[in-house]
Amino acid sequence: MGQLSLTDSDREEMLAAIGVSSVEELFRDIPAGVRFQRGLDLEPALSEPELVRHLEELAAKNVDTTKELSFLGAGIYDHYVPAVVDAVLQRGEFLTAYTPYQPELSQGVLQAIFEYQTAICELTGMDVSNASGYDGMTVAADACYVAKHATGRSKVVLAETLNPQVRQVVKTYAPGFGLEIVEVGHEGGTIDPAALREAAEDAACVIFQQPNFFGILEDAPQLAAAANDAGALPVAHVDPVSLGVLEAPGNYGCAMAIGEGQGAGNYQSYAGPHYGFLASKSEYVRRLPGRIIGETTDLNGERGYVLTLQTREQHIRREKATSNITTNQTLLALGGLVHLSWLGPQGLRDVGETCLSLGAYAKEQLGLPPAFPDKPTFKEFAVRLSRSAGDVISAARELGVHPGYAIGRDYEGMDDILLIAVTEKRSPADIDRLAHVLAEVRA
Amino acid sequence: MAASESYPEGLKYHREHDWARIEGEEATMGVTWFAQDSLGELVHFEPPAEGSSTAKDSGYGEVESVKAVSDVIAPLSGEILEVNEKVVDAPETVNEDPYGEGWLVRIRLSDPSEVESLLDVEAYKQHLAEQ
Amino acid sequence: MDLIYEKSKPGRRASTLPRYDLPAAEVPEGLRRAEPPRLPELAEPEVVRHFTELSTRNFGIDTGFYPLGSCTMKHNPRVNERVVMLPGFKDLHPHQEEDGAQGALELMWRLQEILKEVAGLDACSLQPAAGSQGELTGLMLMRAYFEDIGEGDQRDTIVTADTAHGTNPASVTMAGYKLEKVATDARGNLDLDDLRSKVNERTAGLMLTNPSTLGLFDEHIEDVAKIFHDAGSLLYYDGANLNAVCGISRPGDMGFDIVHINLHKTFAQPHGGGGPGGGPIVVRERLEPFLPVPAVVKDGDAFRLDHDRPKSIGKVRGFTGPFGVFVRSYAYIRSYGPALKEMSEVAVLNANYLLARLRAAYDLPYDRLCMHEFVLSARSLKREHGVTALDVAKRLMDYGYHPPTIYFPLVVPEALMIEPTETEPKERLDGFIDAMLAIAREAAADPALLLGAPRSQPVSRLDEVKAAKRAVLKYGFEDHPDLAGEVGEARQLEAQKGA
Repeated sequence: MGQLSLTDSDREEMLAAIGVSSVEELFRDIPAGVRFQRGLDLEPALSEPELVRHLEELAAKNVDTTKELSFLGAGIYDHYVPAVVDAVLQRGEFLTAYTPYQPELSQGVLQAIFEYQTAICELTGMDVSNASGYDGMTVAADACYVAKHATGRSKVVLAETLNPQVRQVVKTYAPGFGLEIVEVGHEGGTIDPAALREAAEDAACVIFQQPNFFGILEDAPQLAAAANDAGALPVAHVDPVSLGVLEAPGNYGCAMAIGEGQGAGNYQSYAGPHYGFLASKSEYVRRLPGRIIGETTDLNGERGYVLTLQTREQHIRREKATSNITTNQTLLALGGLVHLSWLGPQGLRDVGETCLSLGAYAKEQLGLPPAFPDKPTFKEFAVRLSRSAGDVISAARELGVHPGYAIGRDYEGMDDILLIAVTEKRSPADIDRLAHVLAEVRA
Repeated sequence: MAASESYPEGLKYHREHDWARIEGEEATMGVTWFAQDSLGELVHFEPPAEGSSTAKDSGYGEVESVKAVSDVIAPLSGEILEVNEKVVDAPETVNEDPYGEGWLVRIRLSDPSEVESLLDVEAYKQHLAEQ
Repeated sequence: MDLIYEKSKPGRRASTLPRYDLPAAEVPEGLRRAEPPRLPELAEPEVVRHFTELSTRNFGIDTGFYPLGSCTMKHNPRVNERVVMLPGFKDLHPHQEEDGAQGALELMWRLQEILKEVAGLDACSLQPAAGSQGELTGLMLMRAYFEDIGEGDQRDTIVTADTAHGTNPASVTMAGYKLEKVATDARGNLDLDDLRSKVNERTAGLMLTNPSTLGLFDEHIEDVAKIFHDAGSLLYYDGANLNAVCGISRPGDMGFDIVHINLHKTFAQPHGGGGPGGGPIVVRERLEPFLPVPAVVKDGDAFRLDHDRPKSIGKVRGFTGPFGVFVRSYAYIRSYGPALKEMSEVAVLNANYLLARLRAAYDLPYDRLCMHEFVLSARSLKREHGVTALDVAKRLMDYGYHPPTIYFPLVVPEALMIEPTETEPKERLDGFIDAMLAIAREAAADPALLLGAPRSQPVSRLDEVKAAKRAVLKYGFEDHPDLAGEVGEARQLEAQKGA
């Protein structure tokens, strides 16, 4: 076992210092009735080379996006992760640290997360960001909890064009939070602000997605205005990669901005670990869940960073806390900061413009009827096929191309709709190949 | 600058370390020197809404230091007439002057007979001695 | 050290990106961004230097001994970082069809089987993102279970110990339950008389860590389980301290019905300065129908996702959970095999050795053999020399050690909660012992050494009151305040620890 250091003589000296004769004796407080009587029924230990081989064999059974030309998106995207992200995240000082309870030993991660909070606020146009949530789904439930306590209302309105998994997670949390969930249906792929206004009456918050789950740009400022008009907090679920070209939610009246951070700095990794982000206007800061880093000074006037406003949190407020979250996704959020620092404002804008152009090119090259005509999109769009999307996906994968996501998995009556995502990693030639394959399988 | 320990005569005290200054049908309320000293420097006061009501022995707001959060218990029932905005803006006012500038709310009493159940200064000091 | 934004200069960038010869696409009026976000503008060398310098201002297990109680800061094997970066794992899209994700599904299924064996229970969901989400999920399972058997309205209370992590009561509230706290007896066990008086037909369940946050195994755990089961209630095991008992005593055999396992503690997922974690839950058979969807199941030789669970509580996070965490923890467990028991044995041996050597210099509130961690108190140092647990912690930094958890659990004043883990050699333990004994002597001889500590770090003690009052929570660019203009004071938080 390469992990353990004690020699036989170490053990003897230590047992003698303790005053017991065997390791077994250390467990004498465990009642006999609950002692485990046999050995664990686990497969034999693997040496490091054997372990690597075993995991390589498992990995080889997966068809990842280096093996198959993939146009899958629907919430997780194959954006390029720069090499500097790997380099920084493998620094042992970051990788193997715990939550920064002792700020003098943790200035590195504390300052980095302060910089991350700044980046999220810049992207979203908000005043304050927490240090991260678990993912793009759980931050929606968090936002509902904030809104419930900020407004004293318990109704939550969800746009039907909000990622179905986000809605499912909110519904799972709803009974414990005491929330009533109302969904607003889409019309031709987007939410009608008037319908939203009606549903938002007496609601704590309204959550919509921009670009929405179908890849379409909602009239987000009008949706935010409808929520505000009803006294409900507008919450925008946004794609961080889009915010170099799309307006920030804080600039069109939203109270909170949330989202899945994966596209900025994390690999697809079969859905995790990634980070969710949650940012708000300053009036909600005391209701936000999770860690928040603040700037201060030390005894000598040196600038430094600490966990702050901790009276919100479970270790002080216990049953009255704003959340039970403690471990969050700090390292992944750090990946986000490094990625955004690598991109810079111009790089982020370039990625967005490239996604927009590739999307337009793909729509044209594929020549398939749009599922939602005349709607502007960002990096993802839905097309109507001549047969079931599931069948087309299977046939295309035989030819080495994964053409996208079958929306019928989540929406009734949409079995022939395919959601196609392009990122800056897909070239026009890749799109030509997709067009060729879809033609070949008579999509 | 934190105030030095004192418990003025003429105030009524609650066992949860709150005080009330009775002025006819109205009362001004706050927390005692002991309460602010236990919490440390206050960094936040979450006030009740003006026009809402307090119920004797129940929380009507929260005060926070960096290490603790505490409900502020109402010594008396009534309607909130005024919140001390100075404390909202500068919570450390409570540490500096808990019985003067650091008052928290003013209420109109809904049941003046409740006053009789509160402690006078000697009884409160004895209560502190038993802590 | 400057913020990365303060090193920024317009026109610089690190990124190079593909440029395709395509026409620019339109964004509708009113939706296009008016002002760009002020992200850092640096070329790559300075990006790398910035984050490298930040890393040198951070302490990790790789840097040194990190006996942070209840956090299980063990060595994180590097091979796990290699395998998680295999393209078949890191570049796998979560919506990939099941036939293209057989390796990932098999790995998750195998991990589920292992966790069932370690927990002594029947069914597993890997979905929860961390221990606290595992707790919340477990409470949701209780609610669903009692509603299913017609006792949903009747059972509205959860019992927790007064030694519990703050996450326990917070989870209880988030799950919509009422909280009942039970006291600890003089030996550090749950107080059975107090417990009996608080468990009744309204009790949905118990949440308990065993060994407790005092590092003590509850000697009456069988009685505790009987009290709850006789009342028709369920028992939830907070697995934060599972590192003490792998292969030695299983939560299912203790009587627990639902268990969460902190993969970032017991099973070596690096904690990353605050996450990611993993909080799989393992349950008794009667609770399986309520587990989150989708379930990872084996059908013959193939693996698939089962969404058809009509009684499921739903989804608690996206997809099937933090897969990269599963890869690392699976690899870690496979490197031990059945010898996981030795992992726990050495963790307990190391802890008892530290306890035996330190007990003369610090107060020991519960005088028993400990499990994988123990709690000392600095109350005598405080009374006699005016130095606190916080001062001891800060002084340890000058000796090159990360401090223990302090001021937790709440039932011990001036608590120092020490967990060495199994991966430390005796020489490291001896070095730490020497430092702790030296600090106790310094407390008597020259308390200023402790009160002024640390002197060895990039910053001295930070003013937490100023941080909370000024609430500077992001860089303000041209409007950023100069806090150094105001003299800092040593106003630090005592309650440093949740879970």
